[in-house]
Amino acid sequence: MPEILDRARAQVLADGAGLDEAGILAVLRLADEDLPELLQLAHDVRMKWCGPEVEVEGIVSLKTGGCPEDCHFCSQSGLFTSPVRSVWLDIPSLVEAARQTAATGASEFCIVAAVRGPDARLMAQMREGVKAIREAVDIQVAASLGMLTQEQVDELVAMGVHRYNHNLETCRSFFPNVVTTHSWEERWGTLTMVRESGMEVCCGGILGLGESVEQRAEFAAQLAELDPHEVPLNFLNPRPGTPLGDRPVVEGKDALRAIAAFRLAMPRTILRYAGGREITLGDLGTRDGLLGGINAVIVGNYLTTLGRPATADLELLQELKMPVKALSATL
Amino acid sequence: MFCDRCGRSAAEGDHSACAAARELEPPRFCPDCRRRMKVQVVPAGWTATCVEHGVRRS
Repeated sequence: MPEILDRARAQVLADGAGLDEAGILAVLRLADEDLPELLQLAHDVRMKWCGPEVEVEGIVSLKTGGCPEDCHFCSQSGLFTSPVRSVWLDIPSLVEAARQTAATGASEFCIVAAVRGPDARLMAQMREGVKAIREAVDIQVAASLGMLTQEQVDELVAMGVHRYNHNLETCRSFFPNVVTTHSWEERWGTLTMVRESGMEVCCGGILGLGESVEQRAEFAAQLAELDPHEVPLNFLNPRPGTPLGDRPVVEGKDALRAIAAFRLAMPRTILRYAGGREITLGDLGTRDGLLGGINAVIVGNYLTTLGRPATADLELLQELKMPVKALSATL
Repeated sequence: MFCDRCGRSAAEGDHSACAAARELEPPRFCPDCRRRMKVQVVPAGWTATCVEHGVRRS
């Protein structure tokens, strides 16, 4: 057995202490033949420190496209020749999306906007939208609105937003290759304010942006330092018209190694399947990831692309005997 | 008629890659006039609106 797996078994599984950057890198460098054992260990860690429940979430774009930032993976940047046009979702449609999400058994509904940070119009839409959802639908509301001021953090708390997503996207050393219109440190600043406000911190990123294996390990270690409540793990889905539109998708075994490595770095976090899993892993890989460290899923469609039908994921969870985390368990 | 993914003529070139991609993407171009549509994706579906040819739904 590779030494790193022995070490992870003693340190992470037994004691709940995540691997450091060197350990994560050793995991990411494991041979294909060691992958089944690695996934089993990551699954054991998840079951011991998180339990069998899977947190289910739906997401929706409140404001799509026309973003002034240049995140090179994103079809919603107004700086690229992407076919995605700017559009706003009206409040009745937002509430209906929350209702459909709740009907799947999901406990989380995340409202997302393609912006650098919210302006007065977006905050007004959020006030109205969150209020309408809380009055009509039994579901926790999360938000992802870019970089925030302290006043906006306070206002989101007052609205009843319980979790805030702001992805670091990639490690600090690679970030300038992906985004030039703002810095990794600016994102970290927003995350610090969110944590101090009492909202749960949701922070993850995208694998396959061109980062090296070493940088993938760096990213996992930086996330572990942040210690977010939830880490959404995306795999690049190359979008037409973006600077990363011609990049290859992450190879399935590399994706599974990364899932397990992130779990061994953060044994207690909610590690969520997010965008790109369909093209990176397919149906079989989706199952392997759920048996290799993942304990949360985004069901249904994403912001500008489509996902598997929610029923396909829910049937898989039932088959794997992984109960959907009930709303009452999240309160 | 136009490919609703890439916006090029549906009769010219190979659009098999577009068709495959469309299984996990909503349409972006109106197949009647190739205008870019306003597309709203929600968890259980999508709508795509052409200013000239109206709304399409999943």
